Amino acid sequence: MHISEGILSGPVLLSGAALAAAGTAIGLKRLDYDRIAQTGILAAAFFVASLIHVPVGPSSVHLILNGIVGLILGWAAFPAILTALVLHALFFQFGGITTLGVNTLIMALPAVCCHYLFASLIRRQGWMVSAGAFGCGFLAVALSALIMAGSLVFTEIKFLEISGLVLIANFPVMVIEGIITVFCVLFLKNVQPELIA
Amino acid sequence: MMDEPFANGKSMIHRIDPRFRVVAATIYSFAVALCYGFAPLMAAVGVSIILVLLARLNPGRVCRRLLIVNGFIALFWIMLPLTYGGPALYTIGPVDLSRAGIILAAKLTIKSNAILLAMIALLASQSFATLGQALHRLRVPGKLVFLLMLTYRYIFVIEQEYQKILRAVKIRGFEPATSLHTYKTLAYVIGMLFVRASHRADRVYRAMQCRGFSGRFYSLAAFSASPANWIFLCAMTAAGAGIICLEWIYHG
Repeated sequence: MHISEGILSGPVLLSGAALAAAGTAIGLKRLDYDRIAQTGILAAAFFVASLIHVPVGPSSVHLILNGIVGLILGWAAFPAILTALVLHALFFQFGGITTLGVNTLIMALPAVCCHYLFASLIRRQGWMVSAGAFGCGFLAVALSALIMAGSLVFTEIKFLEISGLVLIANFPVMVIEGIITVFCVLFLKNVQPELIA
Repeated sequence: MMDEPFANGKSMIHRIDPRFRVVAATIYSFAVALCYGFAPLMAAVGVSIILVLLARLNPGRVCRRLLIVNGFIALFWIMLPLTYGGPALYTIGPVDLSRAGIILAAKLTIKSNAILLAMIALLASQSFATLGQALHRLRVPGKLVFLLMLTYRYIFVIEQEYQKILRAVKIRGFEPATSLHTYKTLAYVIGMLFVRASHRADRVYRAMQCRGFSGRFYSLAAFSASPANWIFLCAMTAAGAGIICLEWIYHG
């Protein structure tokens, strides 16, 4: 989920950059050197996984997966997502230098929120795991869309309808991310539970 | 999947020290991002096109990149004329196309493309490895640079893992469709990707420790700040300042 260069206003860009810098600083501080290989290679896995196209009716969506990123990485989601965005900007020119902060915030803040909201629920057993995982996947994308819509509206109040469209267009993505997160979490709990513990 | 078509070249831009390119691109992009008037934006497009020409990039490839990225902008072209309000420029049947909306959409398009062109010329014209070393020299935190390089290094490996898993799934007759079965399968594919990535990370970390990894990032790249680099940086800063001045004069 990216906002292109040249759309947002100066104040929105700068506050996004400041908040993203703060989040990244916390993430880096909590990231010990013995976890850095894990974080880097998992970030690479998220990057690859987010390029997968998931069919929805005649069209397809690509996944964001920031819910699972948050579950697995916690605050390290900030530097990991920032890294992925730098790669996106350099290789595909999606997003760029000025929007780097806002785009990091859009995806990483919901990831960290979902980590705190759902991680304990997912560590339990039974139906609560599925419910927590769905909530995690769904809410992460929903919050991302909300922050994106918010940064558009704060730039220009006339972007209200476009923001609404962004929210509506992302609704199917929210549901699909929820479903995928459920299966992915159940799989990881069976195969390698320490990843999300 | 990911290539760096602009990274290799012998043009003037390619010869500039990567650190200076990063700083110049940052200053210039922010200057353009703060402008709203047609005059400064057209000047910015001019400067950016000159940069692309100086970098002697393949014009077809540059245009293709721009086209893909402009998808998000298309949304504004569809929505703004309908929703902006104010006097209409055209009226098609019952629909009024707002004049102010069309103007705003045009401005956003120009601004976005001006920044993109500069980014392609200045940033995409170096390999990612070089960029990482340049960032390290610019005092970006070592951990972050390490993360960048590590992620970049392993994206290609993980992509191959993904292709391997995908092939295995396809051989078993998997066909993507809009169904719960598809979502379940893809979720397992993604989960497996994480498991393999995590196992690989353990092995990589052990190998790093064997080689005496102590948390420091070493870089052998030698950059030299020749006067030409400083002239380039000053010119880009002046261009940014000039564009902001135009904004002030015409729209202040």
